[in-house]
Amino acid sequence: MTEPAEPHAHQHESLPVAARVRRLEERVIAAGLTTDAEIDELLTRFYADAAPVNGARIVARAWTDEEYRDRLLADGSAAAAELGFGPQTSGFQLRAVANTPGRHNVIVCTLCSCYPLSLLGPSPSWYRSLAYRSQAVREPRAVLAGFGLDLPATTRIDVWDSTSEIRYLVVPVRPAGTDGLRPDELAALVTRNGLIGTAAV
Amino acid sequence: MKFPPGSRVRARTTDPGHHTRLPRYLRGHTGEVVAVATPEPLPDDVARGVPEPRVEPVYAVRFHGADLWGCETGGHRHG
Repeated sequence: MTEPAEPHAHQHESLPVAARVRRLEERVIAAGLTTDAEIDELLTRFYADAAPVNGARIVARAWTDEEYRDRLLADGSAAAAELGFGPQTSGFQLRAVANTPGRHNVIVCTLCSCYPLSLLGPSPSWYRSLAYRSQAVREPRAVLAGFGLDLPATTRIDVWDSTSEIRYLVVPVRPAGTDGLRPDELAALVTRNGLIGTAAV
Repeated sequence: MKFPPGSRVRARTTDPGHHTRLPRYLRGHTGEVVAVATPEPLPDDVARGVPEPRVEPVYAVRFHGADLWGCETGGHRHG
């Protein structure tokens, strides 16, 4: 699996909102309401619980438990909470979308960079790039080919444009020859890009 | 719920003078509601600091790539 070059690398640092956040942070610290160390600790704790292994566990369970899979596709947030990921999905509604041989799903956020960070870890910089955000909706097949994923012309591609309210998780097709594997072994096969839909598993 | 799954809906054509969650590439296009999620405060209102933002269902709407771009075969959804 290859990732495309990043001509439009992560641009958030230069956005006006980033400068506003920095100024606000300085003011709050200057007012004695918190400290740099406290903010760092909070972020460290948040990121420690935010990793693709969370999404992978959900997928592995869906691969091995048909009824769980049905519940996951019907109500992603409730199904995530079943596995103890309630806190990770408290700020948004989770919708899981399942790939099949005839249908492939891929997620994007054309307006900003909405992403189920708590279940997939920090988003890759290409996910936030203007190149991906604009091309994924217009030429999804070409974008996926750029990731090394060449889908048959007969496979329908559904592009899910995220919002702040709804975040998506792709349930990849379970690889062949994995019948005897335990859930933790299956989870280890699930990649972050597989959960975004820019790779098969 | 105003638009149950299966409803045909058309995105607004207007370009509002404030933040909107309607992406430009969908303006004026017709799609089909495929899923309805729990109501949330409308971001268009929230971003403007409207004191009591409208609370509306969050619809996932399927648009066809060919309708939007005149090419490609992938379906497009906005939710």
